[in-house]
Amino acid sequence: MSSAVDRAAPARAEERRWVWLALPAVLFLGALFAWPVLRLLAQAVEGGTLEHLEKAVLDELYVEVLVESLEIALWVTLLCLALAYPVALWMLRAGPWGRALALFMLLLPFWTSVLVRTYAWMVILGRNGIVNRSLLEWGVITTPLPLLHNLTGVLIGMVHVLLPYMVFPIYAALLRMDPDLPRAAEGLGAPPWRVFQRVVLPLSLPGVFAGCALVFVLALGFFITPALLGGGRIIMISMLIEQQVREFLDWPFAAALSVVLLVVTLGAYWGLQRLTGGNRLAAG
Amino acid sequence: MEKRFGTVRALAGVDLDVAEGELLTILGPSGSGKTTLLKVVAGFEVPDEGTVRLGATDVTVAPPRARDVGMVFQNYALFPHLTVARNIAFPLEMRRVPRDEIARRVREVLELVELPHHAERLPRQLSGGQQQRVALARAIVFNPRLLLLDEPFGALDRKLREQMQLEVRRLQRRLKLTTLFITHDQEEALILSDRIAVMEAGRIAQLGTPDELYARPATRFVADFLGESNLIEGAWQGGAAVVPGFGPVPLPAPGTDGAPALLLLRPEALRIGAEAQSLPLRAEGRVVESVFLGVSEKFRVALDGGPELLARLPLRPSQPSPAREGDRVALGFAPEDLHVVRG
Repeated sequence: MSSAVDRAAPARAEERRWVWLALPAVLFLGALFAWPVLRLLAQAVEGGTLEHLEKAVLDELYVEVLVESLEIALWVTLLCLALAYPVALWMLRAGPWGRALALFMLLLPFWTSVLVRTYAWMVILGRNGIVNRSLLEWGVITTPLPLLHNLTGVLIGMVHVLLPYMVFPIYAALLRMDPDLPRAAEGLGAPPWRVFQRVVLPLSLPGVFAGCALVFVLALGFFITPALLGGGRIIMISMLIEQQVREFLDWPFAAALSVVLLVVTLGAYWGLQRLTGGNRLAAG
Repeated sequence: MEKRFGTVRALAGVDLDVAEGELLTILGPSGSGKTTLLKVVAGFEVPDEGTVRLGATDVTVAPPRARDVGMVFQNYALFPHLTVARNIAFPLEMRRVPRDEIARRVREVLELVELPHHAERLPRQLSGGQQQRVALARAIVFNPRLLLLDEPFGALDRKLREQMQLEVRRLQRRLKLTTLFITHDQEEALILSDRIAVMEAGRIAQLGTPDELYARPATRFVADFLGESNLIEGAWQGGAAVVPGFGPVPLPAPGTDGAPALLLLRPEALRIGAEAQSLPLRAEGRVVESVFLGVSEKFRVALDGGPELLARLPLRPSQPSPAREGDRVALGFAPEDLHVVRG
């Protein structure tokens, strides 16, 4: 036992020695990110009053926006999960070419600005957009479908942007699984859906939770996509914050709303982490 | 009546019957096709030609789940998120066995593999040997018609490996499990098998009991692969095989005069020094290398004007080594220990 301690101590010293390599990044983020954020948050309680925070938490209007933001983030997360899981499964089984193609298509959006992608969706989903025109021409519909400036449009746009964040963690979890495990389950008498339910799904849960945490947290603070595709009818909390700053110059209240968003986000993240942590034990 | 268990015809024309209650080993180097054979039997691959039968049932195209074959994977493939008990219960749950019967059978099989107190552990909390026992328990708990073992001892250290081999053999004989065992380790094959099929390039080079294969290998490949061997290029002359350095050895069913003869002398068939003097076939040579192995000593001897031969002598603690490197020694063997490799 003492030898284990002896071995661990130099290892820790070794780690400490290399910690300095992270210093430039830490300084950079500290000066240009952490400090301004703290300054902004401090404005929420400027002058020692909790009035702004109280308004942000108690005023029905703002609470409603927060709840709607949470709902949208939840929907986006669920839609991403539903779309991403089959893709990740397929990637696991695809040959090297299929996998390369899938990776390319998933990474492609990362190389395009969110703004450009969102405008592209406006072209596609608008009253006179590609989708509506095609459906009208084919006689599937007689009046254009409302796809833009509503919840549908926002969800489509956000799912599109956030989908890779769901696919990659799930795919990584599936890759970590010993490929003999589904085979073993099959050999022991399990039909395909049982193999999935009893072996593949439980073992991919850490990836599922990681993906959900990532997508949910990112969706909760989303700004550009809901702002453009929602057409002002869908208001998420980040848009509210921007409005306070830009239109009303009410920095303290914007700060208070930011505090709320940060707390809710961290809370959601913590909750999902706990779920994952509880499960990591089982998934090994 | 013919009772066939696991009839396989696959690859470059493999035809194999595993008899009921028998442990048959597929022995071969990597790339010999033994893994493909295993996949075909387990149902992970469908043969292009031929059939796989379990008893009277043709399972050639049946999916793995419908085959009733228990398999122990190379790395055990235990479900990491399930306890030992749930791992073993898995095949029973898939067969809709009633709950209390599952509990009973899991308990029984855990007793059988001597892990009665580990039911609630997770696989990663077990040692390699224990994991293997669980994998074995999971593969036999549903009374499969065939047990497949895919190099199951490879991940264990030497001592544990020997112990597990003997345990598996005892269990297999006691339960009369019809077993197909895949390995590249010839020692393991000799220890465990009722019969061994040596595979080479997608074919069965020879099929027989371990002692048959060891004493009378049919081909150069089998002779070389199983144990250590001296393969000597001799020739037929006057109804005898001429062993370079030793002289002619009359043998039954000789080849035509002048034809080459491939002759096998196991290292333990050779005697050195004084012991060699009483033997009818002798030659002189020099010890090039000697290796002390504890239970025996190995000598590489260069015959005068002949080939280099490997001799292995059993050692007794009280007895001095019969020769040292550089010594000139006499080598001898009994004619009945010479085997002609005809393949």
